[in-house]
Amino acid sequence: MGDKILEFVDITRSFFGVKALEKINLQLKEGEIFGLIGENGAGKSTLMNILGGILPQDEGCMLLDTQEYKPGGPSDASAAGIEFIHQELNLFMNLTVAENIYIHNFPTMQGTPIIRKREIIKRAKDLLESLGMEIQPTALLETLAPGERQMVEIAKALSMDARIYIFDEPTTSLTAKETTGLFNILKRLRNEGKTIIYISHILGDVEDLADSVAVLRDGKVMGSGPIQDFSIDKMISLMVGGSFKQIFPEKKSIPQKEKLLEIQELSQSGTVKDINFSLHKGEILGVFGLMGAGRTEMARMVFGVDPYSDGEVYIEGEKLPKSNPMASIEKGLAFVTEDRREEGLLMDVPIVDNLGMVALPDFCRNYTKIVNGKQLNEEAEHVSERLHLKATNLDVMPAKSLSGGNQQKVVIGKWLLKTPRVLIMDEPTRGIDVGAKYEVFNIINDLADKGAGILMISSEVEELIGVCDRIVVMSRGEIMDVFEKEKFTQEAIMRSAFRQGMIATATEGDEDEIK
Amino acid sequence: MNLKLPWHSKSAEPYTLRDLPRRVLLSEYFVLYLTIVYVILLLPFIPWLLNPMNIKNILSNAWPLLALAMGQTFVLIVIGVPDLSQTSIMALTSVVGAVVMSNYFDPVLFSKSPLWGSLIAENGGIFAGTSLATLGGVVVMLSVGLLIGLFNGISVALFKMPPFMVTLVGWNLWAAIATFLPKSENIRHLPEGFVAIGSGNIGPISIAMLVALLLAVSGHFVLSKTLFGKRVYATGLNPKAAKVCGIPTKRIIIAVYMVSGLCAAVGSILYSARLEMGRPTMGSTLLLDIIGANIIAGISLYGGKGKVSWTFFGVFFFIILANSLNHLNLPFYMIDIVKGSIICLAAVLDVVRTRASERRVYT
Repeated sequence: MGDKILEFVDITRSFFGVKALEKINLQLKEGEIFGLIGENGAGKSTLMNILGGILPQDEGCMLLDTQEYKPGGPSDASAAGIEFIHQELNLFMNLTVAENIYIHNFPTMQGTPIIRKREIIKRAKDLLESLGMEIQPTALLETLAPGERQMVEIAKALSMDARIYIFDEPTTSLTAKETTGLFNILKRLRNEGKTIIYISHILGDVEDLADSVAVLRDGKVMGSGPIQDFSIDKMISLMVGGSFKQIFPEKKSIPQKEKLLEIQELSQSGTVKDINFSLHKGEILGVFGLMGAGRTEMARMVFGVDPYSDGEVYIEGEKLPKSNPMASIEKGLAFVTEDRREEGLLMDVPIVDNLGMVALPDFCRNYTKIVNGKQLNEEAEHVSERLHLKATNLDVMPAKSLSGGNQQKVVIGKWLLKTPRVLIMDEPTRGIDVGAKYEVFNIINDLADKGAGILMISSEVEELIGVCDRIVVMSRGEIMDVFEKEKFTQEAIMRSAFRQGMIATATEGDEDEIK
Repeated sequence: MNLKLPWHSKSAEPYTLRDLPRRVLLSEYFVLYLTIVYVILLLPFIPWLLNPMNIKNILSNAWPLLALAMGQTFVLIVIGVPDLSQTSIMALTSVVGAVVMSNYFDPVLFSKSPLWGSLIAENGGIFAGTSLATLGGVVVMLSVGLLIGLFNGISVALFKMPPFMVTLVGWNLWAAIATFLPKSENIRHLPEGFVAIGSGNIGPISIAMLVALLLAVSGHFVLSKTLFGKRVYATGLNPKAAKVCGIPTKRIIIAVYMVSGLCAAVGSILYSARLEMGRPTMGSTLLLDIIGANIIAGISLYGGKGKVSWTFFGVFFFIILANSLNHLNLPFYMIDIVKGSIICLAAVLDVVRTRASERRVYT
């Protein structure tokens, strides 16, 4: 292992007043694999975006070879020898593998803009072969499997001959064999003196691969150093932290026996597999999982926004038709979507019209279907009071004039006008402040006390532990475990989400090489 | 003066003189003020503008355009892409209406028509001479408009075809059929009752005005007061959110295309009655006027924003503009250049107005 190549000094970055990174200090050496781990939202991506020139930092600086490094954009990062392999693919489905690899820098015939096609095919072939990838350079990208596409993305980055490579969750769409191949490539790169930043949720991989590791939580470095000093248990406990920072309102009622919602063998290829669970009257059921675990997809299928290939959903014993939100709403289902702006609100229209979106037919005169604006306004005022909505003039102010927390209350409020029996909430506390969170939990408790069932999806373990009666843990589209309230511990839930025990099989191939 | 802001039924802020330019710019009646200013500025140069004969002329041009533009408004609010087939719906409905109700087809002109001997003959169409000729003709015309709207709506909502392509193909297809059926000939000899729609009066009000105003007022009412109207806006503003909220977005899309087709048929009835003929080339130069009136009115091409009352002002501004340009004795290409530039300016202005409204601080 060589000299220090990159140093982060006091990097701080805020989004809308919330600190995403706070005084990050890290050092990377030349020729090492540096594991970067942390929960969703811990700040890993923000830090890498700053390094990759996608975001500027608010404070602090980066030193590359002891020189200050200030990228103005991704191209500056490339020029400095830093390549970012993103989780989302930046590839062109309508081009061939070879064209995708060389899109930044096509070799052309001298003095003309004509691309030397045979040249790029040959180069791509050599590159893919040297990486041990069995991919035809002339294949169209859209004909490749997801894992192969990911490998093309990696090959593309490696063709740039950089000094530092950032891998953000590279194995999520890879098969076990492809993963082994990738790890061999990473080790070879290390031996060639390249530095690799490896971000992953699979801690076993990090333990096997990395030379050093840093654990982030809430935008701070919780610990860093040689991998030998970090057992998986230590990594998990550093990631989740030991103490509860938040306060949760007490839930008064306990779940009843009657099943409200029952899901049987729900499957859709590529997203979820054999989902079985039921939700009882008065119960708050949490759904935990890491990014890409299939939670949102599952919720959308249950509610009827997205289709599913197999399985059934029952509401109080009655089968719910597929892909029919109207029927779901009639049966008493409600769905607070993950993204307020995209799928929740009409940003430009007054709050009252947003609140009325679901229940509007109930406020219309028979036959003529003329909206009774006065009645709607009164009911909207009631709901707004119940939610402690901080807004005046519901019929004037557009939804976009509200703060995030109050916008979320409007999204919840539009379902309350319909008195739902089953409320599905996808990340109901994302991007809202602590006070608003508390109020949202109060609303959820209140609904459960009145006999509704709540399915709450969240990426924050603490909040699920604080609020739920039971927690379902999902990973890669499957249910891993169901935790009863008395067995709630952050470690156990995280372990389940990280698929502890599954990791050994995924990396079996390179055990020998490492040791 | 009580100025209103685009989305608001009432303003929470106190009114000061310093805000006046902004308030005018953001006012719902901005286009109306613009029209008034335009007329006042041009009056010294074209005194004929406010002559009763000219006003009558302006009005008679405005009513059919109002019907058409209103239908377009519905489509623009939901889809954001204009229904380009409207003018061809006019041509086809005009021809089909005349086919069923004309009293006489000249064998010299029409014996080559594919309909000769089946639907049309020397002694007129299938409703010719009956007491229900006018009613039958009108019903057939409205039905054709609704059917084409249904076709457009199903193509867009159910088959997920691009709205631009569906209606552009329709623009070509329906006009071609309208030309094919009568072999390019205008169909005359329409029943008297039908012609009266174009020239008749009830008291001081022309029938055309009555029809167009009734249509516009009901359109305004439907959009602003009914469940359907609220759902039209929701679908236009955020179709994903609308779907999650149980709004039948596909049915809404089909419905607005049907409204557009119906309005095109009404426009066709008014024009056909005034021209006293079924005309295969009807509306062929109107498309820019219809879309232009909507753009000037401030109907957003991004969807979700617009009102029939705005369209009303937009139509009148556009008609007065065209009328005044005619009086300036400009050649036709100059008129088109000016019209085009004004529409372009209006589109820019819409962006400015949107920005200005977003700077507004809500307290």
